[in-house]
Amino acid sequence: MSKELLRMENITKIYSNGFMANKDVSLTVHEGEIHALLGENGAGKTTLMKILFGLEDYQEGRILIRGEEVRIANPLDAIAKGVGMVHQHFMLMEGLTVAENIVLGIEPGKAGVFDKETAVKMTLEAAEKYNLPVVPNALVRDISVGVKQKVELLKALIRGVRLLVLDEPTAVLTPQETRELFVQLRDLRSRGYGIIFISHKLDEVMEICDNVTVLRRGRVVGTGRIADLDEKKLSSMIVGREVVKTVDREAPRRGDLVLEVRNLSYVDDIGKIHVNDLTFAVHAGEVVGIAGIEGNGQTELSEVITGLRPATKGDVMINGQSIKGRNIDQIRKLGVAHISEDRLVYGCAPDLSVWDNIASIYLSSKKFARGPFLSKRELNKFVDECIEEFEIATESRNTPVRLLSGGNIQKVIVAREFTSGANLIVANQPTRGIDVGTASLIHKLLYKYTREKNVAVLLISSDLNELLNHSDRLLVMRKGRFNAHFTDLSRVTDELLGEYMLGVRSMTEEEMGNVL
Amino acid sequence: METIQSFLFSTFRISTSIVFVALCATVSHQAGLTNMAAESMMLTAALAGVIGSAVTQNLFLGLLIGAACAVLITLFLCFAAFVMKVDLYLMSISLNMALAGATVYVMFVTTGQKANTAAYFNSLQVPAFRLPLIEKIPFLGPVLSGHNGFTYLAWLMVIVVWFLIYKTKFGLRMRAVGQNPKAAESVGVNPRTVYTISFMLAGLIASLGGMFLSMGYQSFFIRDMTGGKGFIGMAAATIAGASPLASAVIAYIFGFADAITNYSKLVITDAQFLAALPYIITVALLLIFSALKKKAADTAHRKRRLMALERGEAQAS
Ligand SMILES: Nc1ncnc2c1ncn2[C@@H]1O[C@H](COP(=O)(O)OP(=O)(O)OP(=O)(O)O)[C@@H](O)[C@H]1O
Ligand SMILES: [Mg+2]
Repeated sequence: MSKELLRMENITKIYSNGFMANKDVSLTVHEGEIHALLGENGAGKTTLMKILFGLEDYQEGRILIRGEEVRIANPLDAIAKGVGMVHQHFMLMEGLTVAENIVLGIEPGKAGVFDKETAVKMTLEAAEKYNLPVVPNALVRDISVGVKQKVELLKALIRGVRLLVLDEPTAVLTPQETRELFVQLRDLRSRGYGIIFISHKLDEVMEICDNVTVLRRGRVVGTGRIADLDEKKLSSMIVGREVVKTVDREAPRRGDLVLEVRNLSYVDDIGKIHVNDLTFAVHAGEVVGIAGIEGNGQTELSEVITGLRPATKGDVMINGQSIKGRNIDQIRKLGVAHISEDRLVYGCAPDLSVWDNIASIYLSSKKFARGPFLSKRELNKFVDECIEEFEIATESRNTPVRLLSGGNIQKVIVAREFTSGANLIVANQPTRGIDVGTASLIHKLLYKYTREKNVAVLLISSDLNELLNHSDRLLVMRKGRFNAHFTDLSRVTDELLGEYMLGVRSMTEEEMGNVL
Repeated sequence: METIQSFLFSTFRISTSIVFVALCATVSHQAGLTNMAAESMMLTAALAGVIGSAVTQNLFLGLLIGAACAVLITLFLCFAAFVMKVDLYLMSISLNMALAGATVYVMFVTTGQKANTAAYFNSLQVPAFRLPLIEKIPFLGPVLSGHNGFTYLAWLMVIVVWFLIYKTKFGLRMRAVGQNPKAAESVGVNPRTVYTISFMLAGLIASLGGMFLSMGYQSFFIRDMTGGKGFIGMAAATIAGASPLASAVIAYIFGFADAITNYSKLVITDAQFLAALPYIITVALLLIFSALKKKAADTAHRKRRLMALERGEAQAS
C-alpha cells in the first residue's frame, strides 16, 4: 500500500447563511492515486475542496496531510503544505504573460526587481519536466483553454505541491485536449502525485480514476474502487435513482423555416476568420447539432446569430426577418433564446439574485406587466416554478447567483432561456458542468420543446454523445466552414465524427446535400 | 521666436503638477482602482509642506512633512475602504470635500487668513536648475533648462513609475491584482496589501504635484489651489490606458491647454470666460482624443477584417 497523502475526517461546513454544504465528509487520498469526487450540482464538491485549499473555514472535523493534523489558513498555506488546486473557473490574469502568471507570488529577482528571464527559464524547465508545453511569453488572453489549463497545472506544480485538486478540468476541454490532459495526469500519478478529480463526465471517471467518493446533499453516499463499478452504478449512486439516459426519438416533423443563415462570415478585430461563408437553416421542430473542435468558429457563429458579435458579411434571418441593424434585445424579440458558453460573462449577472436573473428578460415585455409596473406576485410564482422544474438548488429565489454551485448557475440560465417563449433556442454547451440527472432533464426538455412546441434548436457542443443522441441533423464545423452534414445519425460513430472534426475526412458539397 | 519659447517653457512649468497627478492615477489604475482622492492628497501636501518648511526652515524637512501628510490621508482612505468597508469612491469624494475645508480651517487657525498664507508663513521654495549642456542647444535650450526642481522630478518620476510597474516584483503583483484580485489571492498575493501600498505610492506622487504648486510655482498656499487638477490627471491616466508614458504625454497636452489660457489673457479680458477656458479645452481635448482613439482602432479593425476576408477568398479560389 502506498503512503497516505491526505485524510479529511468528518468535515462539516455550514455557510454563513446557515446552509450546510458538507456534513461528516471523509475522504482519503494516497500517493499515486487519482481519486474521483462525484456528486450532483450543489452536492458540496467544490466546497469541500475550498476547505482543503484554505479558501473556506469549517466547523467540524480534521484534516491530516501525511498523517499530520493541519489547519490550513489560506491558499498560500495550502500550497506550502503541498496542496494545489485548479479551479472550476480559471484563476489567471488575462493581460499578463504565461510566465508571469506562473511565477506570480514566487517571483525571481533581486532587490525587488522582477527577473523576467529567470521567470521564463523557470517556466520552460517546469514545462519540460512535467511535459506540459507552453509558450512563456504569450499573453494568457491569446492562448486556448487547453493551454490555460496547462498554465494552471504548472502554477501548482512549480510550487512543489504533491496533491492536485482538479475541479471539473475537462468541462472546458475538447476531446483531444482531454486525452492529452489524461496522458499528463497518468504521468503525474506514476510519479507519486495524488490527484482529486471532479467531473460530471462518468466515462472520463471510469477511464482515469482509481477510487471514488460520491457526495449527495453534502454527505458521503458511497465510496469504492472504480474497478468494481460501472457508469450505470456510478450514476445511480450520484442521483440516488436510476438515470435513463436515452430518450426514444421520433423523427421530427419539420415545420417552417425559423433560422436561415446566408453566406455568413465573421472576422474578428485581429483579422482572424472565424466563420467563413456559411449557409444553413434550422426549421421548426428540429434540433440541428454543430460539432467541431473548440475554436473552429462554433462559438462565434452562435454569437453572431444572437447579436453578440456583428456579422462581417452575409445575413441571418430569424422567422423571416433579418437581424441586420437590430440590437440584442430586438433580436431576442424576433424569437431567439441563447444559452451562452461563457455563463459568468454573458449568461448571468452573478451579484444579482436568481429572481433578478430570470426576471431580467421580462422587464420590457407584456407578459408580467401591470400597467407601467411588473406584477411581482406573478413573477415570484413564475420564478418559483422555474426553480422547481429545473431543480435549481438554491436557498431561495433571492439568493445571489454567485453563491450557487457552478452547475446550478448554468441551470438558472437554462431555465430562463427555455421558458422565454422563443421559438429558436441557440444552445452553446447547454450541459457543460451539469450533473447527469439534470443533463438528462435538459435533453428531455430539448426534445419536448421541439416536438410539442415546434421550437427550433441549434445545439453546439463539444460532447459528441450529446450531439449524436440529441440532434436530428448534424453539421461538422472546421476552420469556419462545414465539412460534413449527417441527416441519419444512427450510423454515425464517435470515431467517424472525430475524423471529420480533425479534417482527416471531408465531404464534398454534393455529399453534404441540402443543408437548408 | 521668444514668445514661442516662453510659451513652451510655461507649458512645461504648468504641466508639472498634472504630470504628477496623472502618474498617481496611473499607479492606482494599474492596481485596479480609480484614485479620485488625488485632490485631497495634493491640497494637504501643499499646505503641510508650506507650514512645515516655514516652521523648520528646512526645505527637505518641509517636503517630507508635506509628503507624509498626504500619505497619512491615503492610509486613512485605505483603512476606511479596505478595513471598514466604506465605499472607496464615496470616501474619496468626501475626503476631497473635507480637506478642501480642512485646509482652509488650518490656514485660518494658524494665520488668521482665509485666502492664502503669503503674509504669515515664509515657505521655502524648491529652486530652479539650469541644465549645463542642454542649456546651450539653440531654441530648445531655454525651453528645457531653468525649470523648477519639481519639473525635472516629474520627468524622472515618469521613468520611476514605468520601472515600478513593468520591471519590479511589486509592479507585477500590482498588475495582477488589478486584473484579477481573486486569482492573485489564490497564489498568496494579498490584494488589500497591494491596494494599500499602491495607494500610498500614489499619495506620495500626488503630494509632489501639490507641493509644486505651493513650494515651487508659488511660495505660499492658496485655498483650493489645486483647482480640479486631481481630476484632470485622472482623466489623463484613463485616456492613456494607465500607461505611464502616455499618461505623461497627455498630461502635457492638458498643460498646453492651460498655457494657452494664460497667454490668451493678453487678448481675452472676460475673467469668467478665462477661468473656464482650461476646462473647456480639457473637455474638448478629451472628446477629440477618445474619438481619435476609437476611429483609429475602428479603421485598423476594418482593414484587418477586409484583408483577412480577401486572403481567405484568394485561397479558396
Ligand atoms: N458562499 C456561499 N454561501 C452560501 N451558500 C453557498 C456558498 N457557496 C456555495 N454555497 C452553496 O453550497 C452548495 C454546494 O456548492 P458547491 O459549489 O460545493 O457544489 P458543487 O458540488 O461543486 O456543484 P457543481 O457540480 O455544480 O459545481 C450549493 O447549494 C451552493 O448554493
Ligand atoms: Mg463545483
